[in-house]
Amino acid sequence: MGQGTTPNVAMPGLTLTAGLLAALIVLAFGAVLIGPYGLSPGQVVLALLGQGDPQAQIVVWHIRLPRVGAALLVGAALAAAGATYQALFRNPLVSPDILGVSAGAGLGAVAGIFLSLPVAAIQGAAFVGGMAAVGIVMLVGAMVRNADQTLTLVLLGVVVGALAGAATSLLKVMADPYDQLPAITFWLLGSLAAITTRDILPALPMVLMGLLPLALLRWRINVLSLGDEEARALGVEAGRTRLVVIAAATLITASVTALAGVVGWVGLVIPHIARMLVGPGFGRLLPTSVLIGAGYLLLVDTLARTIAAAEVPLGVLTAVIGAPFFVWLLARGRRGWS
Amino acid sequence: MLEARSLSIGYGKTPLGTGLNLSIKPGEILCLLGPNGCGKTTLFRTLMGLLPAIDGTVLLGGKPITAQTRAQIARTIAYVPQAHAPPFPFDALEVVLMGRTARLGAFAQPSALDRGLARAAMQQLGIGGLAPRDYSRLSGGQRQLVLIARALAQDTPLIVMDEPTASLDFGNQAQVLAQIETLARDANTNGRGVILSTHDPDQAFALNARVLLMHNGSVLADGPAAEVLSGENLSTVYGLNITVETTASGRRVCLPSLRQSAPDR
Repeated sequence: MGQGTTPNVAMPGLTLTAGLLAALIVLAFGAVLIGPYGLSPGQVVLALLGQGDPQAQIVVWHIRLPRVGAALLVGAALAAAGATYQALFRNPLVSPDILGVSAGAGLGAVAGIFLSLPVAAIQGAAFVGGMAAVGIVMLVGAMVRNADQTLTLVLLGVVVGALAGAATSLLKVMADPYDQLPAITFWLLGSLAAITTRDILPALPMVLMGLLPLALLRWRINVLSLGDEEARALGVEAGRTRLVVIAAATLITASVTALAGVVGWVGLVIPHIARMLVGPGFGRLLPTSVLIGAGYLLLVDTLARTIAAAEVPLGVLTAVIGAPFFVWLLARGRRGWS
Repeated sequence: MLEARSLSIGYGKTPLGTGLNLSIKPGEILCLLGPNGCGKTTLFRTLMGLLPAIDGTVLLGGKPITAQTRAQIARTIAYVPQAHAPPFPFDALEVVLMGRTARLGAFAQPSALDRGLARAAMQQLGIGGLAPRDYSRLSGGQRQLVLIARALAQDTPLIVMDEPTASLDFGNQAQVLAQIETLARDANTNGRGVILSTHDPDQAFALNARVLLMHNGSVLADGPAAEVLSGENLSTVYGLNITVETTASGRRVCLPSLRQSAPDR
């Protein structure tokens, strides 16, 4: 980036989108190939068409594809939510859990595990917990009459997150250390190890339902990133629009967090990369983030199940990759809160 | 066009100013003068409906502002804030395009037509070349001009400018003032109403503006610059001895005395 003379947009839109999409397909095909049960590309193609070796068909359709699909969904969702929250809170260093959605979902899931609920109920509890945490933040935020709504919400997110974290810790202390505690720890680090098609199906429509308003309101989200007062002067009902956008982004985040557990860093880092490629305009930032996020998490999840004999938790890998990247961003001297 | 009747302004319940009356028509420049903290920005926020009035009414196009949506208001008043740096590196053209928002449906994107209007607004201000540049890396003067272009693209009969020349160097101040004059007395349109606040009374003379002189939360005087900006009035408002003199070219200038203490108030 030169002395302000370079245009922001580095690549023409369609070429980039097509390139990312092609890369994503190659990546997905590769991820289906890789695993303890060796498959050849030919076998995978046949299995995808519903032909060939029945063993291979089972591996492709029941083990590899659900996992690849889940990784794509979770990555796309977290990146989309991250891009949204960053625009909304006018800060490129914001992550999707800023309003406490991860902490709330974590508490819900841990409570579900603690009560020995079935898997579907644990996922449901995580979803409800995430939505409730953000709901409380928004509700209290509406009651606090403060000039700076954005800052109020961020601070309330910290408060609610801390409370949910405390309750989670209490449950961990009380949980059965041999049976429940490992499950809790594993969930809080995020994993797609036990994923089945049945788990993905409820999350997919929720994510799409959340993405729709974000895609429709993409221009208004740009205007909101100028701040409330200016957005209102430009003709946007800032409060109402922000509420819709936060609800949509939270729905997305809570849905995939219920599916995969707490996977950090994706929503923080991916929108940055997307912004470097296509600039800050939300209309292009959202689809680019979705594509890169999907590919990134697929890559990380494939690593998670192949680099060691045992599964490595997703959250550990995303942190190991994301944290140095974040430091690099800070060192590059991009602006923080303004 | 815009009219305020016995307005009380302020945050919460304590009024910062009371009994404020003002009105502005297209083609008119209204210059708001007063010391720091006298409520200029608060008055602006109230006039645009961003802050509820404690008492009194603001009429925009004959209708109370409280009965209008943000989009309706934004189709009548454009706001030029003090030049700021947004958190993201938008192109200057994108910033100007945001001025079109009030004309778009909630789910709509700016069209090629909107882009054309945004470019035309930038060209009118002589900053067409800045269109592809990163707004956050422009100089203060360039940013201020981009924000004025955004107000032009908003295509409103009224423009409100909050200290448009603050933080600009001497040359840029003169340039922005010249643009304000052209905007208000644009022969192609019927002219626009421009309300601006400033700290420099000389600018009111230069713009040949109507002046609203604020003092202690009320209007001390309202009228043509030549009448309102007397040495006596200025001395009262700023609390030091100020004389108004006419230069050889016939323009008036205000000269504060740095030595003497304030006259009796």
